[in-house]
Amino acid sequence: MTDGFPALLRAELTKLRTVPGWVVAGAVAAALIVGFALLTGAGAGQSRGGPPPRDADGTPVVDRFTFVHQPLPADGAVTVRVASLTAPDGPEPWAKAGLVVKAGTSPGAAYAAVMVTGAHGVRMQHDFVNDVAGPASARWLRLARAGDAVTASASTDGATWSTVGTTRLAGPAEIGLFVATPPHEKFDQFLGGTSATGRPVLATAVFDGLTATGVPTGGWKTLAVGVADDPHALVGDAAWAGDTVTVSGAGDIAPAVEDGPGLEQTLVGGFVALTVMVILGVLFVTTEYRRGMLRTSLVASPRRGRVLAAKSVVIAAVTFAGGLVATAVALLVGKGIMGDAVHPVSGPTQVRMVVGTAALLAVAAVFGVAVGTILRRGAGAVAAVVVLTTLPYILSVAAVLPVVSAQWVLRVTPAAAFAVQQTVREYPQVNAAYTPAFGFFPLPPWGGFAVLCAWTGAALAVAAVLLRRRDA
Amino acid sequence: MRPALHAEWTKLRTVPAPAWLVLAAAVATVALGALASRAVTCEPGCGLDATKISLTGLQLGQAVVAVLAVLAVGDEYRTGMIRTTLTAVPARSTLLAAKAAVVAGAVLAAGALGVGGAIVAGRLILPGQGFADLPATDGATLRAAVGSVLYLVLIALLSLGVATLVRDAATAVGTVLGLLYLLPVLLMVISDPDWQRRLRQLTPTEAGQAISHTVGVDTLPIGPWPGLGILALWALAALLAGATLLHHRDA
Repeated sequence: MTDGFPALLRAELTKLRTVPGWVVAGAVAAALIVGFALLTGAGAGQSRGGPPPRDADGTPVVDRFTFVHQPLPADGAVTVRVASLTAPDGPEPWAKAGLVVKAGTSPGAAYAAVMVTGAHGVRMQHDFVNDVAGPASARWLRLARAGDAVTASASTDGATWSTVGTTRLAGPAEIGLFVATPPHEKFDQFLGGTSATGRPVLATAVFDGLTATGVPTGGWKTLAVGVADDPHALVGDAAWAGDTVTVSGAGDIAPAVEDGPGLEQTLVGGFVALTVMVILGVLFVTTEYRRGMLRTSLVASPRRGRVLAAKSVVIAAVTFAGGLVATAVALLVGKGIMGDAVHPVSGPTQVRMVVGTAALLAVAAVFGVAVGTILRRGAGAVAAVVVLTTLPYILSVAAVLPVVSAQWVLRVTPAAAFAVQQTVREYPQVNAAYTPAFGFFPLPPWGGFAVLCAWTGAALAVAAVLLRRRDA
Repeated sequence: MRPALHAEWTKLRTVPAPAWLVLAAAVATVALGALASRAVTCEPGCGLDATKISLTGLQLGQAVVAVLAVLAVGDEYRTGMIRTTLTAVPARSTLLAAKAAVVAGAVLAAGALGVGGAIVAGRLILPGQGFADLPATDGATLRAAVGSVLYLVLIALLSLGVATLVRDAATAVGTVLGLLYLLPVLLMVISDPDWQRRLRQLTPTEAGQAISHTVGVDTLPIGPWPGLGILALWALAALLAGATLLHHRDA
């Protein structure tokens, strides 16, 4: 008999597809992926209030602040000093007071702003997702527009200025002072629950040294932007005393991080499929040990490493192909049912979710093969792979462990690979529940996937050595 | 029944794996509980359940216990020993009862060690994490400790029943762990809170682990003892189904 690798692959594929129980289990896993997408999709649209404002790209945003403004038809500049920024229990780290130029006063409109923050120094932020750090101790701020170029500058003394950043904002706009502060919130999770303890806060900023060019002489108007959507919002105000103006405000100008269900919820069935596939991977090897079939396999192909390689390649390829189809269908179906309710996710991210989940299933199945080869006994090997892949996910994502330990679990165990399903970006400039229970993983998507690959690689190496040294 | 019990006890005692698994179950229960206790901090009035935190290790210990119970049947099918056993003890229900009794005894020992150790470890660690004034023992903690040992015994009996049903150790472990770990996660996607509560009352882990809570017991989907009762029904159903098939199938 020839010892060609293609023949070996063919032999392993035949073994895999001619055991009815395995074929059924694989088909059930694929069906579950799609079935859970239907289930989550159907439930997701029900529990939502009004839609949040969206920016020009369709990103849901929070856009609620006190705005002391004048029209800015063309070129112009505003300069001001932020004398103080306070709140009853100290300002929030991301409390904001400064200057903003905005394409109108409706929530979601494009803007550019330069601001003093509670604990992060001077920042320039524009169009919700962009954040640039400026000098930490500056208190003088200037926002200038020439043509459609907006330049944000800061200064410690009002004499020497440094540019923080530039952006573009065309057309008629409103320019002026703003104050906003996110609520005081602390997030944790433990024992099946998540907690966000907090209360809304009103921050107060004192501005002086206000000068403006390029604006009509009609004077400043005060507007609470974005409060119409939220009846519980704290509403700020502005009070003038000479050339000093005291402005209070709540809310934020930032991307909305926890807005509706994440698209990854449509792939929750992948978790079930993972459990099925690691068990199938184990059985693919241990059944041969159990029946003594392995001796036949090794007689047919005496180079043992190649038997292990062939098994891994076959189960990985089959799982990847099946997983790709099932997750793609699940994502499309789930997305279709959820419609507008779901937080929008870019095309490349959706591709990463589908390909990543299929790859996760494939590598996990190979992990099962490796552990099965190491332990040789099905019961122990199945328990080991399930405890290593499924249990960490439950402990961390189902919020059994507190956040810090959950994040460690998702850094070091194979369950880290579920990061490929993460949809919502973490914004450093937004204080939110960046915890596993809300779908935030401590590692980047492919970084988490690499953790699973490392486990699988190490297990395969051990398996190859043991397979060569031991009698079958 | 007595010879059958004696035979089963000899089999369990003279193979190294069960003793190691008893030890592993106890160590896993204590170790994960201690890690969880180390990881948590409590500001005054945090309202966290110290006993429940100490018993986090049940999540891991139950997997080891399931393997122990499955192997009691699965290994006999793997080696063909089951035919010899059934020749010696032709009354198949008696055989299953004897196996259940012996496995229950072993898990009782593992559970007592693990749960007792976990509670002690929690009582040693948690005061340093901000849990003030933990009583050494109180009624609720005692109930949680005794109940958690019984929880592990019932998981073992459920696993024994499933192993008798499917006759293959690996498949049985996969089925049991799927039942224990997957059901709770899958219930999270059910958006209707009433249905979610109803189903959580019926899953073996969610209902069974109600016994390990000592704080906010009223807010659980099901009470501690009724919850353990649900798990007992699962175990009984698995054993009865296993016994029926054991009767009607060739070994």
